[in-house]
Amino acid sequence: MIRIEDVSHSIGPARILHDIRTGFPKGRLTALIGPNGAGKSTLVRLVGRLENLQSGRISVDGHDLALTQTLELARVMAILGQDTAIASRLRVRELVAFGRWPHHNGRPRADDHARVETALENFALTQLADRFLDEISGGQAQRAHIAMCFAQDTPWLLLDEPLNNLDMSHSRALMQRVSDLVRRQGRSVVMVVHEINYAAAWADHIIAMKDGRIMAEGDPDTVLNQRTLSELYDADVQVSRHQDRPLVLHHA
Amino acid sequence: MQGRPVDKRLRLIFAGLGLVLMVAIAVWMLQGLPEGRARSFVLGLRAERLAGLLLVGVTTGVATVMFQTLAGNRVLTPQIMGFDSLYILLQTILVAGLGITGFASIPTWSKFLLDTAVMIALGCILFGSLLGRGSRDIARTILTGVILGVMFRSLSAFIGRVLDPNEFAVVQQSSFASFGHLDAALLPVAAILTAAAVGLALSMAGQLDVLGLGRDRAVALGLRHRRVVFVTLGLVAVLVAVPTALIGPVTFFGLIVAGLTHGILRNPRHAMLLPAAGMIAAIMLIAGQLVFERLLGQASFLSVVIEFAGGLFFLYLLLKGRIR
Repeated sequence: MIRIEDVSHSIGPARILHDIRTGFPKGRLTALIGPNGAGKSTLVRLVGRLENLQSGRISVDGHDLALTQTLELARVMAILGQDTAIASRLRVRELVAFGRWPHHNGRPRADDHARVETALENFALTQLADRFLDEISGGQAQRAHIAMCFAQDTPWLLLDEPLNNLDMSHSRALMQRVSDLVRRQGRSVVMVVHEINYAAAWADHIIAMKDGRIMAEGDPDTVLNQRTLSELYDADVQVSRHQDRPLVLHHA
Repeated sequence: MQGRPVDKRLRLIFAGLGLVLMVAIAVWMLQGLPEGRARSFVLGLRAERLAGLLLVGVTTGVATVMFQTLAGNRVLTPQIMGFDSLYILLQTILVAGLGITGFASIPTWSKFLLDTAVMIALGCILFGSLLGRGSRDIARTILTGVILGVMFRSLSAFIGRVLDPNEFAVVQQSSFASFGHLDAALLPVAAILTAAAVGLALSMAGQLDVLGLGRDRAVALGLRHRRVVFVTLGLVAVLVAVPTALIGPVTFFGLIVAGLTHGILRNPRHAMLLPAAGMIAAIMLIAGQLVFERLLGQASFLSVVIEFAGGLFFLYLLLKGRIR
């Protein structure tokens, strides 16, 4: 369980988050939805300690972020940010191999190499493993970054808009892989998603944010209804059902 | 499975670099030795200058590669960011404050150590906050660095104007790069500092690899980012103070060395990059100095040519769009 208690955050004079108090359930796939500028990414980055906590308290499986060594946290959670530009000229396999760093600190063992190969395979990157990151497409690079987080092999996985740059089939493959991790291996995933039907189709728990506050949270059937979504996005949204899951129609 | 062909290629590269370095050193020491009693005198003199060249090469190479990793940018060097003008400013202030006799009467060792300590402190304060935030805004980072550099230089020039001409001459001597006035008394302390700094840098090579991924990923992987940034900056400050004290500021040399190192190795591991950068820099300096002393008969300054070649390489990088 990730507990978030009374977290506020400002960037300059702008208040990004207002006294957020919520939790991400363990062993579930949690989706954060909401319009641009709602504070979803900031919240995920605060939990992933990429931003410094200004007020409030966050704990991951009982590890208080403020009191736990950052290396220890790296074995509990992996986080993928939105910024995927890297100055070093890396091959795909080298990038994915960095995911093992928290476990071996520079001295990879056979087990680490094996896990890197598995991560490459899972994301259809084996063919590209020896290419440089600047010689592949944006979507392929995005997959390499996600594979690095998977290679980190942590109970918690935080993904900030992982579907960026991915085509339909790779998006679906990623969502399948993620929900597989949750359902088969009992891991917990938190992701920021903009394409709301991915959240509708795969998420167990949805947190809807607007203007730095949580507007609604709960399972997909409670959150994804016409009234909540229309208010969330300030736009008229229809909600239908497909295969016993909500289906959001936004092509008004 | 991962790296066998890569490792083999790297081993070949290092063997080649080692061989070229050995040949350069042998030619440097042995070419055109006079007969008789002059021989041991010339050998001693050459050994002294060789030590200077090696120290300047190793420090500049290692410092530039580390700094570029820290900045997440392949065109910045500590010199472009004003590290060496900070050193010159320090010298100018010392001369202005103490006068020539005062300046000259500080023991070389303690002056050098003091300079280095001040460099580390100021370097961390000025550049730590700038680079520690993840330097996502590279344009602003470069601009701030360049402005700081110009400010240090103008401050030195301003103080220089107020100085009397004799004092100014002392300052000037330390503000132009030349192996002609290599300060031999500094060699032992420079060697000790260099060995310590390079040793520490090599011991944290793995952390530098992670640092090179950028702040977000480094933090996500559990690197103590702030601490590593400040240790790296401190090491860079030491490694810039050493060559600047020995021969004076050389702006573009580090840029060529770092560019060549990355271009030749094509490998992101600092355990490989740092030694290679040191070797490449040493080879270039020894070969360059050989040409100027023995072929051109001291008709020019090594630094002039290095800056000329460095400037061309800088342009080449710009035009090739390698700058990100």
